[in-house]
Amino acid sequence: MMRLVVDLNRCQGYAQCAFLAPDVFAMHGEESLVYSPRAEEEQRERLARAVAACPVQAITADGLDGVAGGASDAAH
Amino acid sequence: MPPTDYLEWLRREGRIVVVGASLAGLRGAETLRAEGFAGELTMIGDEPYEPYDRPPLSKGVLLGRAAPNHTELPHRLEIDAKWRLGVAATGLDVEAKRVRLADGDEVEYDRLLITTGVRARPWPKEDEARLDGVFTLRTRDDGARLLRRMKAGPRRVFVIGAGFTGSEIASACREQGIPITVAERAGAPLVGALGGVIGAVAAEMHRENGVDLRTGVMVTALEGDPAGRVRAVHLSDESIVEADVVVVGLGAVRNTDWLAGSGLGAGPRGIACDAGCRAFDFRGIVTDDIFVAGDVARSPHALFGYQFLSLEHWGNAVAQAEIAAHNMISPSAERRPHLWVPAFWSSQFGVNIKSVGVPPMGEQIMITQGSLAERRFVGVYGFQGRTIAAVSFDNTRWLEFYQRQIEKATPFPVEFATVDRRPEGRAPVDADFPDPALPTHGPMVTLSGYSPTDQQLVFHPSRH
Repeated sequence: MMRLVVDLNRCQGYAQCAFLAPDVFAMHGEESLVYSPRAEEEQRERLARAVAACPVQAITADGLDGVAGGASDAAH
Repeated sequence: MPPTDYLEWLRREGRIVVVGASLAGLRGAETLRAEGFAGELTMIGDEPYEPYDRPPLSKGVLLGRAAPNHTELPHRLEIDAKWRLGVAATGLDVEAKRVRLADGDEVEYDRLLITTGVRARPWPKEDEARLDGVFTLRTRDDGARLLRRMKAGPRRVFVIGAGFTGSEIASACREQGIPITVAERAGAPLVGALGGVIGAVAAEMHRENGVDLRTGVMVTALEGDPAGRVRAVHLSDESIVEADVVVVGLGAVRNTDWLAGSGLGAGPRGIACDAGCRAFDFRGIVTDDIFVAGDVARSPHALFGYQFLSLEHWGNAVAQAEIAAHNMISPSAERRPHLWVPAFWSSQFGVNIKSVGVPPMGEQIMITQGSLAERRFVGVYGFQGRTIAAVSFDNTRWLEFYQRQIEKATPFPVEFATVDRRPEGRAPVDADFPDPALPTHGPMVTLSGYSPTDQQLVFHPSRH
């Protein structure tokens, strides 16, 4: 299982994630996003693509480097 | 020990305690580790769960798109903390640098981060609040309970208060065909946050989607049956609405009770802190080792006249926790101010509502793009000749532009040309916020003047 969260202040409804990982993300109305905060392991690849493709980098997920200044450059 | 040596020691082997294990607490802890804090980290939380996300509880969870017990937040990195979950902090000894816990334990700290947030304001009549079928919505347990009732097919859900949470619950109910009544004492939904001009649009959305919206009324009583289940709601206009589920959406109460007597500047309005997130004591003197972030904090914002703002916004919890954590382990020259421009979102009736800045400071509003009637627009709020906030309905991609205008204090009324400007948006109108000094319901009488000779009774008619 992977936990994920979308910064919906940042989200602008480009819907890339909904195309790339439709089991996790869906558009609701014209520009609202609804998503499942927990994704099955078999979604990892699709989720990774969605995280990478988000034009505003709004998706953070366990083990996937979504946010700038995230885990990859941590000192710990 | 000189200050720089102390900081070196703190970063290497000091003890940092975070009270409040939700979004702000987690992001603060992650920032401490990311910036090199190698000492002992303790996370204290009153709920027995690891940090989870709350916004889905009134949206995706009620729509069945997410499970209420599966909204745990992803971790940006391993924080290697000692977790004390399911045990509330009950007291703080500032002198001894100790946090007291509900189970009698005490935890010592060298520096403390307080992120205790808010809780749902309960229905004030306790015997009525205890009726089966009466809910608040703040925690995942609340979400699970409400979801179970909604799935069981209630005859009618009744929501008290048409703020964001109440409106989102109403939207989720209608989407599932559940009959719903919403009572709001102001003239329209969202009036406190966005004013009456936008509130009127929200009211139309409710009604078009089949919500039985009642405005300008207050709930006077919740009526139970002999088995202790709620069965009806009594209103100030003397009407009675039968309902088997009641959700109390009356906003939030700040979790500062545990700080009573601690000497910190904490109370119902939050914990006052400086722009660098250091808590004030009750004398108004800034403390050195206690930091605050998230919903419970109240800090001055340079962009908004140095007003002390407390913001119950998801983005504020993240941004302020990052600043607080950075400042906790940095020398004063490297400390940063919390200058995040307030922003929030809500999703209801299929419409994406977003805002930047501080709309309630606005005196006037202009619809600079789109139109209210189409429910796709941007509204800009002005205060004393400058742009202070903006709101968008299904028009989020423009908001960043308006955020820059707010940051630059662009003059208001807005003079720049915008895409899709309509005649209705050429002139500003009163944003129609209720006077915060007056209750929003019913007529009232107040007494003015100080000396007995100039005292006057003033009648205030009902505002809405």
